[in-house]
Amino acid sequence: MDELDELGVHPPLDWPDYRSTRLRHPKRPLVQPRLGAADLASPYLGHERVGELDHDLTRQHAGEPLGERIIVTGRVTDADGRPVRNQLVEVWQANAAGRYVQKEDQHPAPLDPNFTGVGRCLTDDDGAYRFITIKPGAYPWRNHENAWRPAHIHFSVFGTAFVQRLVTQMYFPGDPLFEHDPIFNSIRDPKARDLLVSRFDLDTTVPEWALGYRFDIVLGRTPMEDS
Amino acid sequence: MITPSQTVGPFFKFALPYDKGPHVGEGGTVRLSGTVYDGAGEPVPDALIEVNHPGGYGRCETDESGNFHFVTARPDAGHLSVIVNARGLLRHLVTRVYFPGARDELLESLGERAATLVAAGDGDDLRWDIRLQGDRETVFFRV
Repeated sequence: MDELDELGVHPPLDWPDYRSTRLRHPKRPLVQPRLGAADLASPYLGHERVGELDHDLTRQHAGEPLGERIIVTGRVTDADGRPVRNQLVEVWQANAAGRYVQKEDQHPAPLDPNFTGVGRCLTDDDGAYRFITIKPGAYPWRNHENAWRPAHIHFSVFGTAFVQRLVTQMYFPGDPLFEHDPIFNSIRDPKARDLLVSRFDLDTTVPEWALGYRFDIVLGRTPMEDS
Repeated sequence: MITPSQTVGPFFKFALPYDKGPHVGEGGTVRLSGTVYDGAGEPVPDALIEVNHPGGYGRCETDESGNFHFVTARPDAGHLSVIVNARGLLRHLVTRVYFPGARDELLESLGERAATLVAAGDGDDLRWDIRLQGDRETVFFRV
C-alpha cells in the first residue's frame, strides 16, 4: 500500500460538522518531510510507570465501580502485520453514567467514587493488550442541538517509531448514536469507520463474570530513515 | 487498512499527563516554553504536546492559558520532533522545533515559513509558539 494512500483513512482536519475544528485546523498545505532520527526514534515512555493494577480499571479503589464489567483486548500491529511489542497503550473513559472525573465535565450525571477511568498496559510479544473496565455511558456535548457522543473508550498508542503515534476512540457494536455523531462520521470510508467498532467476542467473555470485546489496532508502516 | 484517528477530546488531562512528562530524557538544562494559539489568536487550553528525539521523549498538556514547557538537553540533530493533539484536531499534527542556530535541508526548503519552526532566545531559556492557523501558521508535516 502506498504510504500516502494509507493516510487517507484518517478524518480530514477541516470538518465543519465538528465545530471545534473551525479555528484549529491548519489551512496551509502540509509539507512532506524527509524523516530524521527524531521522528523515528522509539519514544521511551517510562515503562516503570505501569503499575500492576493499571490495566484493571475496576480495582483501583476501595470498592468496585458501578456498571457493566467488560474485558477489552486486542493486538497492536503495524501496517505490515508485525506485532508492536512492549509499547505503552493508554486508555481513558467516562464512567457508566457517562461522566468523566475531569472537573471541566459538568454533565449532570453522578461521579463514581470507585472509578477514575484511566488505564495503562504494555503490549506483549504478540502485540496483545488487555484491559478490564466497565462499559462507559453515552454523554451529551454542545456541538449541536441535542448532541450525544456514542459510548467510547479513548486509546493512545505508540509504535516503534514516534511518527506511528495514534490517538483514537473505540466504540461498541450497534450503537444507535453512530449516525448522529460528527466525530465518528468524520472518517469518510464506512469500512474504515467500522475498524473503530469493537466486536463482541464470546471467547474473550468470562462465564459468570464479564463480557469480552476485541479491538485490534493497526498502526502505519514502520518507517525507515530517508537517505 | 490502518486504524483511523479520532480526536483526543476535551477530557484527557486526568489521564495522560504525568509528573515527569515535561522532562525530555535525563539531565536537560534547557527550558523550552511556548503557547498554542488557534486561528482567532486565542490560546488553546486543551492541547497535548509531545516531543521526541533519540535522547528522550516528553509530554506536556497546555494550561488554561495555552502554555506548555519542556526541560531538555540540546538535541544532536538540532531539533525535536513534535506531535500536537487537541480538542478540535481529528488527527494529531506533526511538526518540529529547531534550536537557535540549527540548520538543515528541510528548514532551508521552507523559505520564510521556516521561522515558524525555530525557537527564540538563547542559552537555557527558549521560547517557541505553535499557531494552528493564521498569518504565522506553524509548518505541519504530512506523516
